[in-house]
Amino acid sequence: MKAVVTVIGKDNVGILHKVSGICADMGANVIEVTQSVLQDMFAMIMLIDITGLNADFSELVDKMNNLGTQLGLSIHTMHEDIFNSMHSI
Amino acid sequence: MLNVYNILETIRMIQEECLDIRTITMGISLLDCIDTDIDRACEKVYDKIVRKAENLVPVGQKIEKEYGIPIINKRISVTPVAMLAAACPDSDPVKFAKALQKAADTCGVNFIGGYSALVHKGFSAGDERLIRSIPEALAVTDNICSSVNIGSTKSGINMDAVKLMGQIVKQTAEKTADRDCIGAAKLVVFCNAVEDNPFMAGAFHGAGEPDCEIHVGVSGPGVVRSALSNYPDASINELADIIKKTAFKITRMGQLVGARASELLGIPFGIVDLSLAPTPAIGDSVAHILEEMGLEKCGTHGTTACLAMLNDAVKKGGVMASSTVGGLSGAFIPVSEDAGMIDAAVEGVLSIEKLEAMTAVCSVGLDMIVVPGDISPETISAIIADEAAIGMVNTKTTAVRLIPAIGKKEGETLEFGGLLGSGPVMPIRDKSAAKFINRGGRIPAPMHSLKN
Repeated sequence: MKAVVTVIGKDNVGILHKVSGICADMGANVIEVTQSVLQDMFAMIMLIDITGLNADFSELVDKMNNLGTQLGLSIHTMHEDIFNSMHSI
Repeated sequence: MLNVYNILETIRMIQEECLDIRTITMGISLLDCIDTDIDRACEKVYDKIVRKAENLVPVGQKIEKEYGIPIINKRISVTPVAMLAAACPDSDPVKFAKALQKAADTCGVNFIGGYSALVHKGFSAGDERLIRSIPEALAVTDNICSSVNIGSTKSGINMDAVKLMGQIVKQTAEKTADRDCIGAAKLVVFCNAVEDNPFMAGAFHGAGEPDCEIHVGVSGPGVVRSALSNYPDASINELADIIKKTAFKITRMGQLVGARASELLGIPFGIVDLSLAPTPAIGDSVAHILEEMGLEKCGTHGTTACLAMLNDAVKKGGVMASSTVGGLSGAFIPVSEDAGMIDAAVEGVLSIEKLEAMTAVCSVGLDMIVVPGDISPETISAIIADEAAIGMVNTKTTAVRLIPAIGKKEGETLEFGGLLGSGPVMPIRDKSAAKFINRGGRIPAPMHSLKN
């Protein structure tokens, strides 16, 4: 089971650190990271394995949402099934 | 394999284009709650609904978080209550409405639909009593929806019921005149009603359905409009292809959510209703899709053709995306719930006559139309009869949800708020159809050979 974390917003020091920190705390393994900074705009898509999560998935979503609010970033954490079902037959 | 473009497209659809799951609706059969003692029956109704649906709202919220997709409403549809009322002949059916409201409050759902009667061929024991109690039932409850099926392709149109429903719609509006006539917005009159519809106000759980099941109604007019806006010079068949692809994606999401809800609740998955259901929010309008196709304003000449293409393409794209498509599936055109329709009606471009023509090619009917408060019950009946005739002859579902704006005239507005939006009072013809309506009887079913 995998999930996708997307982060978009104004670039700042330590975004990747904080997002991956939450993943580590909750037992989510980071599989792939795509990240770019274009004219001050930070954009990251992170694929994480949530099989070994030590809490409910919704808790991870809440923590990411809180981090997004704190840092003024738009963070979405979604189960990979939604992308797979919408974009492949 | 996930790719960045697809991920960002999904997020954009949800964040910017108002893509959502409009409703997860649990259909519950109440046939095993029938009792000759109405109080005992109400108790059984309350117990069964609460037992089956106690986890519906928390499960909906869990899925919202899991997939990051908003699920706007959690609803319940039940067996037409007239079937239960039939067993207790001397009791007031409003007691059932109150029991349903209590169950809705306990479960925390947004609506319960099914304060209904099916009278397309005639009234059986509880039907007329239930229909006459609708104005009171909708006035004393907040979250209960009612529907009455007065016609079908197989049996024709029950004109006695049409006459009665004209009076009932008017009385329902009068009873809730202090609340912007909201009662009438919770009452719909059908021809060819479907048994597995998850959308309100017309949802009920048909007698042929299983004991309990989960339906999903998707939405997404904003996504379709946005997809079309990327191709300003495409031909109509190219537009149809774009709509099909978009409808496929939207419906797949509905299928995913429905399957997950079914798994978490341990209840069989019923259908996905792949309707384009608008909301009054900016960017969530079916009228704006039609305008994107090249109409200066929805309601002008060409609107019916555009809507026919849209409705068909939505179905073609959607059926492949879901294992079981059902309900009303297509494009809805509720005037007060669609920012583009409201604009067009205020400007006078969109008339009731044009809307009637549009209903011949869209998925439902004359929906959420505000009419002058002094409209006669016979005129309401005549509008119902016209609309039912379109459904009967074309073998499709049609419906009428009119809101007589008590105390208001053309040019004024009713404000419902929320998903129901606001609607300008639309003009109607001033000549009477009373003699026709008062004849009573039944319009015979149409023949289905010699089609020319």
